[in-house]
Amino acid sequence: MVTQKMNIMVCGGTGCKSSNSELIVTELRRELQENGLADEVQVVQTGCFGFCEKGPVVKILPDNTFYVTVTPEDAHEIIAEHIIKGRKVHRLLFKDPVTEEYINDSKGMNFYKKQLRIALRNCGFINPENIDEAIARDGYAALAKCLTEYTPAEVVDIIKKSGLRGRGGGGFPTGLKWEITAKVKADQKYVICNADEGDPGAFMDRSILEGDPHSVIEAMAINGYCTGSNKGLVYIRAEYPLAIERLKIAINQAHESGLLGKDILGTGFDFDIELRYGAGAFVCGEETALIHSMEGKRGEPTFKPPFPSEEGYLGKPSNVNNVETYANISPIILKGSDWFSSIGTEKSKGTKVFALAGNVNNVGLVEVPMGTTLREVIFEIGGGIRNGKKFKAVQTGGPSGGCLTVKHLDLPIDYDNLIASGSMMGSGGMIVVDEDTCMVSLAKFYLDFTVEESCGKCSPCRIGNKRMSEILETITKGKGTPEDLDRLRNLGEVIKDTSLCGLGQTSPNPVLSTMANFMNEYEAHVIDHKCPAGKCRDLMTYRIEAENCVGCTACARVCPVSAISGERKEVHTIDTSICIKCGACMEKCKFNAVFVS
Amino acid sequence: MDKINLTIDNKPVQVDSGTSILKAAEQVGIKIPTLCYLHLEDLNIENKPGGCRICVVEVQGRRNLAPSCATVCMEGMVVRTNTVRVMNARRTVMELILSDHPSDCLVCAKSGKCDLQKTAQDLGIREVHYKGEQSHYKEDRSPSIIRDMDKCILCRRCEMMCNEFQTVGALSGVNRGFDAVVAPAFEQDLVKSTCTFCGQCVAVCPTGALTEVDHTDNIIRALANPKKTVIVQTAPAVRAALGEEFGMEPGTLVTGKLVTALKQLGFDYVFDTDFAADLTIMEEGTELLTRLTSYLNGNKEVPLPILTSCCPAWVNFFEEYYPEMEDIPSTARSPQQMFGAIAKTYFANKIGVDRKELVVTSIMPCLAKKFECQREEFKTDGNPDVDFSLSTRELAALIKQSNIDFLSLPDSDFDAPMGESTGAAVIFGTTGGVIEAAVRTAYEVYTGKPLQKIDFEELRGMEGIRHATIDFNGLPINIGIAHGLGNARKLLDSIKAGTCNFHAIEIMACPGGCIGGGGQPLHHGQSSVIMARQRAIYQEDANKPIRKSHENPYITKLYEEFLGKPLSEKSHHLLHTHYFNRSKVKVVIPKSKS
Repeated sequence: MVTQKMNIMVCGGTGCKSSNSELIVTELRRELQENGLADEVQVVQTGCFGFCEKGPVVKILPDNTFYVTVTPEDAHEIIAEHIIKGRKVHRLLFKDPVTEEYINDSKGMNFYKKQLRIALRNCGFINPENIDEAIARDGYAALAKCLTEYTPAEVVDIIKKSGLRGRGGGGFPTGLKWEITAKVKADQKYVICNADEGDPGAFMDRSILEGDPHSVIEAMAINGYCTGSNKGLVYIRAEYPLAIERLKIAINQAHESGLLGKDILGTGFDFDIELRYGAGAFVCGEETALIHSMEGKRGEPTFKPPFPSEEGYLGKPSNVNNVETYANISPIILKGSDWFSSIGTEKSKGTKVFALAGNVNNVGLVEVPMGTTLREVIFEIGGGIRNGKKFKAVQTGGPSGGCLTVKHLDLPIDYDNLIASGSMMGSGGMIVVDEDTCMVSLAKFYLDFTVEESCGKCSPCRIGNKRMSEILETITKGKGTPEDLDRLRNLGEVIKDTSLCGLGQTSPNPVLSTMANFMNEYEAHVIDHKCPAGKCRDLMTYRIEAENCVGCTACARVCPVSAISGERKEVHTIDTSICIKCGACMEKCKFNAVFVS
Repeated sequence: MDKINLTIDNKPVQVDSGTSILKAAEQVGIKIPTLCYLHLEDLNIENKPGGCRICVVEVQGRRNLAPSCATVCMEGMVVRTNTVRVMNARRTVMELILSDHPSDCLVCAKSGKCDLQKTAQDLGIREVHYKGEQSHYKEDRSPSIIRDMDKCILCRRCEMMCNEFQTVGALSGVNRGFDAVVAPAFEQDLVKSTCTFCGQCVAVCPTGALTEVDHTDNIIRALANPKKTVIVQTAPAVRAALGEEFGMEPGTLVTGKLVTALKQLGFDYVFDTDFAADLTIMEEGTELLTRLTSYLNGNKEVPLPILTSCCPAWVNFFEEYYPEMEDIPSTARSPQQMFGAIAKTYFANKIGVDRKELVVTSIMPCLAKKFECQREEFKTDGNPDVDFSLSTRELAALIKQSNIDFLSLPDSDFDAPMGESTGAAVIFGTTGGVIEAAVRTAYEVYTGKPLQKIDFEELRGMEGIRHATIDFNGLPINIGIAHGLGNARKLLDSIKAGTCNFHAIEIMACPGGCIGGGGQPLHHGQSSVIMARQRAIYQEDANKPIRKSHENPYITKLYEEFLGKPLSEKSHHLLHTHYFNRSKVKVVIPKSKS
């Protein structure tokens, strides 16, 4: 029988929720009720654990048992075996993809071993809809400390000394930004949280807001105290309904607890937060575009200066920081700037959350100290490349980041190293691709995203990216020429050099970096008209190997355009001028007679 | 003001702090090409979106190229405007812009006057290396303006004029990326928008994307029709600008040549809108005095201030945005329409021509006049009082098409009776002119005394909003003046809020009044052009033997023979109008940074 209180933590992030994790909670509670354990064992719906690859995730405390890919049907066994009999459900444990061993304790998982969680400290550990759990883990202690022990200037100084830089992509020193906003004199100032996470595949901001909304609310209030503002605004995309809901709950609870509103903690400091919803435009992550969108205007950037710190929302000084940046504030206040600046590299302090995705074994959110190498992230935390394939490249910094290669694997990740290598930190997207990937198609894929998301204000971004995409389209269709490569390079460089905002200034990165690192693939496309990875459909030729063909006619029957001819029991042939390269024949052939080249 | 020292192309230059690199370069004879940038200095109008990226320059120590229009000079800055990097970037960006442009220059209405064409030539573009999909939009044809967005380069000048200067809010950027375009809300046609047809979008468009509806062909056909008697009226601002189309200096008065050209074109009678302007003063001035006297006699219900109603874009504006104030503007029709009404009744009768066989045309500095003359209330049995309204630019084109060498033409005089006018009518063409003309007459009528000094300097100028108090023999009359609909909006809001005490307000929609109208020769961002036209207008006024509307002998004769007296029943029928509620949307337009 259970004698001490246990906790069952069930991931309630957007990813696991969409895999039915809510029903798992219901089932677990029902099983506990039926076994008379409802008072002994608590089921907690938490924020994201980060290990999205194997969701839904259920973790048992205090023994750190980490169950993966759990279904509602598993609830009975978890309660009957683990909770009542004390025997772990072996089949639900995580199996290391490299060693193929089942891991008993989450602390033994390579995915977590190298991580250092500062911004994600509470994600997976608390119920984000209960302020008491946040407070139990030092929530609002930093705000209290600031209001009662420090002057605003002292707080700014701590942030400056910590070396924290903006986590949204720009990497601007956070303390300096706060200082500038603090120094501008105005009757009204605004504290803005940029929660317009737009990089495809990146979801650290969403996870923080879903798993630990109080960390952001607290930091915004601290920022208000520092800069002389009593009004906070969170610009959040409407596609994040769960984050919005939890943020609203958290704001209400903070109000009820006297941690937001008038006279916070009796110190005379007033601060309030409102939400503003974005329609999901990528460019609205750019701070001036974000502010225009909040004002009800067309979401497009304007040149800086004036910076938002001087002239922002409604023309008033506004401090814009990203969610992850805010999530770092409280630990810095509580543990000190020296502690924070001891983590990371010379110019990039602290940790960074990455959304690890693509052809790696362990997909998910990982938070590592700055200076961790790409190799450590991809091969140790990420568990290496899927299906035993070879690593080819990693795209960092979202759609406008660059592709790095094997030679960059031992690069310590920080803002400056990534830029020096032709990529960037961005908001922390990290997409790994294996040897089967065509780098030209990959570059086109990313570029097409920015073509769609460009606001259209400046000519190089509006027209230039479109032209680059068209040239890439020609190349992947096998109609490119070597001159196209010169045009691509010139366009890429001019677009970077002349565009108005960060979007256009970085959008050619995927193309320029793949041209720098995989020129041979581009040349193969335009000179030999071949796709080395065999991914560009227009460059493929299907043919039937006479030696293997038995004349079964299966391929001819399945061909949707009747491109295959041949008599029964005789060798068949494909008319390449008709073939649409759908691959149906290859799939159908039982004799491995169809080849693609 | 602090001084900043920097070098541009190795030339040292000292500028006031806050000066852009573009302006600093001009000081040392370096002209950096621009497309989206527009600065009408004397009118305080600036478009600086930093969008075209043609004006980029290299700033030492800066990672990327800087837009010179939007980058402020800093101490010790080292700027290069013509390095290989800059020139390649500029040409590449220009080629990109051209790659999404129809390039049908040979048949484009803007050819030869197109900023895009000129800049491409200046940059020496001989080949466009980048080709691909081109933008296609359906042509939008309103009664005044044609929008051919295939030619739009997203400079956003029209948007700035429409939203910030005019606060009309008809045009804004819509869609994203390559599909971005400037359009009315929901990409509807202009006629369905809040557009006032002021034509200021056309006046600043650097390409052929925005042009006027061309009526020259209708005129050519009417002139060639032996059954038709074709007469023409020319607005005051036309004579101060038409010469520019033939290479003459801005501000050159070409009244005599204009009349000769119109006669050579074959118009049966060449008249002057100024005649109708004098008539307007008789009606509007009397209306002002009637309202004022009634008010002074204790009737506090009388709507004051009285607002002028000569400007058709302004009329469209208050019908759209201030329909609840429709009893405040004067009911007097605009001079164009007064002319048309008199021409098709009094004059048609005089020469014995049926109104349906009489074609009344007008030469206007304005595009809203095209809309105005098509209004239903200005038609009799479907026959409009004014059949066709041509812009100054269209007249120039017509003169060129008719093989007339304008520069060598002798001077001629307008025909009688509707060609006679006073100096008061001429100044209708500039901001402050209508109210000055009204004051000249109202003063003498009210006080019964002749004016000591005809020029009211206090009413003149180029400030967006002006006010002055005129002493009517002991009675102080407070006058307000606004040009630009954004400025008009401010005055209207203060009337609404009850915070102003004007008796009369003059409003003109365009910058500088009609001299800066949407149908005038293009100023290409040079406000000095508009200033020169204003000087010419006042010069023409000073040269006139009669300078007060009520002293025009032909106006006196018109009242004697036909109308009776100002505000008579006949006058009301022919010379006055009523207004409609055209309000489509209720919007608050926030002031935006460009």
